[in-house]
Amino acid sequence: MNALISTALSGVVLMFVGLFARNKQTIKFFAIAAIIIAFIANLVQYPSVELGSYIMFGMIEVSKFSVIFNAVALGATLLYFLLSGSDFEKVGEHVGDYFALIFFILAGISLAATFNNLLMLFLAIEIMSIPQYILAGSDKKNQKSNEAALKYFLMGCFSTGVLLMGITLIYGSAGTFEISALGLGADNVSPLALCGIILVAFALSFKVSAAPFHFWTPDVYDGSPTVFTSFMATVVKAGGFIAFVRLFHVGFSGGTISQHWMLILSIITALTLVLGNFTAVFQQSVKRMLAYSSIAQAGFMLFAVIAMNQTAAQGIILYAAAYSVATIGVFAVLMRMHDYTFEGFNGLAKKEPLLAFAVTVFLFSLAGIPVTAGFFAKYFVLAAAIQQGHLLWLVILAVLCAAISVYYYFKVIIAMYFKQGSPVLEPVSSGFKAGLILTVIIVLALGIFPHVLIGCL
Amino acid sequence: MLTVLLILIPFIAGLIAFGLKGSGPKKLAMVASLATVATAIGAWCRLGTAPADLSFAANWIPQLGSQFKVGLDGMGMMLCLLTAIAFLLVFININNREYESSSSFYGLMLLSQAGLTGVFTAFDALQFYIFWELALIPVYFLCSLWGGEKRIAVTFKFFVYTFLGSLLMLVGIIYLYSQTPDHSFSWESFTTLHLGADQQNWLFWLFFVAFAIKMPIFPFHTWQPDTYEQSPTPVTMILSGVMVKMGLFGLIRWLLPVLPEGASMWTDVAIVLSIIGIIYASCIAMVQSDLKRLIAYSSIAHIGLMSAAIFSKTEQGMQGALLQMFNHGINIIGLWIIVEIIQQRLKVKNMDDLGGIAQKAPRMAIFLVIISLANIGLPLTNGFVGEFLMFSGLFHYNHWFMAIAGLGIILAAVYTLNMIQKVIFGNTNALTETTTDLQPGETLALSVVVAIILILGVYPKPILDLVSSTTAAVLKF
Repeated sequence: MNALISTALSGVVLMFVGLFARNKQTIKFFAIAAIIIAFIANLVQYPSVELGSYIMFGMIEVSKFSVIFNAVALGATLLYFLLSGSDFEKVGEHVGDYFALIFFILAGISLAATFNNLLMLFLAIEIMSIPQYILAGSDKKNQKSNEAALKYFLMGCFSTGVLLMGITLIYGSAGTFEISALGLGADNVSPLALCGIILVAFALSFKVSAAPFHFWTPDVYDGSPTVFTSFMATVVKAGGFIAFVRLFHVGFSGGTISQHWMLILSIITALTLVLGNFTAVFQQSVKRMLAYSSIAQAGFMLFAVIAMNQTAAQGIILYAAAYSVATIGVFAVLMRMHDYTFEGFNGLAKKEPLLAFAVTVFLFSLAGIPVTAGFFAKYFVLAAAIQQGHLLWLVILAVLCAAISVYYYFKVIIAMYFKQGSPVLEPVSSGFKAGLILTVIIVLALGIFPHVLIGCL
Repeated sequence: MLTVLLILIPFIAGLIAFGLKGSGPKKLAMVASLATVATAIGAWCRLGTAPADLSFAANWIPQLGSQFKVGLDGMGMMLCLLTAIAFLLVFININNREYESSSSFYGLMLLSQAGLTGVFTAFDALQFYIFWELALIPVYFLCSLWGGEKRIAVTFKFFVYTFLGSLLMLVGIIYLYSQTPDHSFSWESFTTLHLGADQQNWLFWLFFVAFAIKMPIFPFHTWQPDTYEQSPTPVTMILSGVMVKMGLFGLIRWLLPVLPEGASMWTDVAIVLSIIGIIYASCIAMVQSDLKRLIAYSSIAHIGLMSAAIFSKTEQGMQGALLQMFNHGINIIGLWIIVEIIQQRLKVKNMDDLGGIAQKAPRMAIFLVIISLANIGLPLTNGFVGEFLMFSGLFHYNHWFMAIAGLGIILAAVYTLNMIQKVIFGNTNALTETTTDLQPGETLALSVVVAIILILGVYPKPILDLVSSTTAAVLKF
């Protein structure tokens, strides 16, 4: 709740700051201050929900789960501002607006983590999406950026329509918007509700770029300014997943209802894992590889949706944190490079050992190698699926795909450490290096002591 | 606490080594490995008197019931000792070599030592898995940075293979964990689980594939010859001397006690695969002209025999395999030391280019002959005792298996004697004319190897006594 209010207010404030402040550094400073305030305001709420959650006006439910997830989203955004905040001004003039849009997205995310009503879900998804369409097209003179924005907008509107239709059908069958009172699991499930659930599942799959609804992702992520891709592919995607998990765990569980959608979502998960991983292998550009890797990682996060237990809830939070932090780190270094291809990274370890080391840790985390956060993230989602019992085939498939993912993540490591070359990169400030070291420490700390985060749940 | 020290000494020394310059890392590595050997011997003495002192447990992730839990039993002690001695031998042998960016080289070597020791001492499945992966990563970088021409592709294949295997094992570990009543990863809860036969049936393969890739057993061995050939020789010593023992260790520590019924269901398949490996690798070794590949294939044959003996689940077979794990580690490191010396001096590893080294370097020739004979298991060398016990264990299980596996000895004699003849006897050629004999460091390392070979060949009791507790414990499951 506090997170929602503070981010929405910060967004408005930053628009005005952008109007009056002459210096772009000032705007960045305000943004960082605002995100820290939102982070603290959110944590302050933790004691009040520690023993139980509460629902406000039937619309939003503040719980431990939502507070912890907001902390992860806000913390990841803070790291993102620290590492990439100065890249905003390279995109265009309106730095204040960009920061404001990011804050509006965060407001949408914190609503997605707390909604208790299908209307709020719709609002959350829309608040998250609309600023993204703008950010995707913010590099106005660049054709690829325009293409990305248009593609994203058209596809996004379409999926929003599908979502709304699904919600309507569910309302028609349940007679309420409140997700904890849908009661769909009663002995006979109406076809109306089933259609609704499937439409909602498809629309949300689109938002989190799960196959076969992922076709927009590579083009949009590749065409958007890299600094915004970094945010869209991480925190926003995690926000989409939190909505997904909440809706299916609270609204569409109980009784026999989950039997009806389990198979469809399992197939979506399998497709996402296979398509994401196999296509990522063939990419030439690191940015596009990361776009496909984000699809592949979405496959793992979908496990949390279908597993439906406490481990899954812990898993999605840890996965969101591990994946967001590591990807933000890789993108931050990528933005310093002039050449986005794998060859562009050749010999980086000799020139900038710290950057190369940091990227190695982040990629280890994405690949799920122990003592990085990514290992426990994968551990928890796989454990959730194994506990669920019927998903062992999917787990084995996921494990095979994880082995494939090593191929494309290690291509970057091989280029940096084992190949000769002189990469061209922008000057790296010591502040940036300090930010990277902080990020590396967070990735390793979550990899050794994951209970710092999940213990709060 | 001695057990924790065994992991901590190389780990901390490794981290420090990254920051040192000049000959600093080299000296540090030597000191650290000496200290580790001393600690290991100290722990060995304690094992007889106060074994409880050697285990250490601390809460790690309370929500998961995972502990940082290390301890030493007979087998763990033996392998820690082997690891400590192996690294010391490697460091002595390469003492007068210069490596590019030596701080990273020694740092990574020491980190891999810490990882390996962690695997051998872990009594918590999650911790075991984590060390299992951690031992691999420094080795991956060592091979890719200092290896031969095709190193990048070859070591990458090695990494992906083993990573896939370990992920399957992770699935198995999580499944077992979800079945434990007290939600714990500890070895005790896993071994008291007694799952139904239908579950053990498929769980067996999740673990077996991981271990089989690491050992390696036919048909999971294809990464091994290339990796041994392309890796820098000091790393090959560690890979073949110590790291492949992780697979055998996994069988004895985890697979057999945790999934006894699964193992007995698939015993014949596992033994047949191992025996195919013995014959197949020996046949390929006979036609190799590349020294490193020859030793790599001979190693597959030896490991195959050990795995078959372990699966026979007889006391003799198990004791023999455990003894041979130690001996094979020592012998193969000896062989690699000589290969490394030849490669260092003459820049070739093809046997057809060699010959007549005995005339120019008689001491090296003597060492090579002794170590090679130990490698084929001649009586009075350490190899004989282990092989005899393993064959006798396999004989008790099934005569035919023993008879076919026994062909491996004959084939081993063929390719090893052929190698000796081509490398050190015959006439010198223009290249081998220039060979010089051993330097003091190399002599020292090889003397230690030969001393162990002869002592354990005549008196293997210390090692057999050490591991007998493990054998007794495993056979009870």
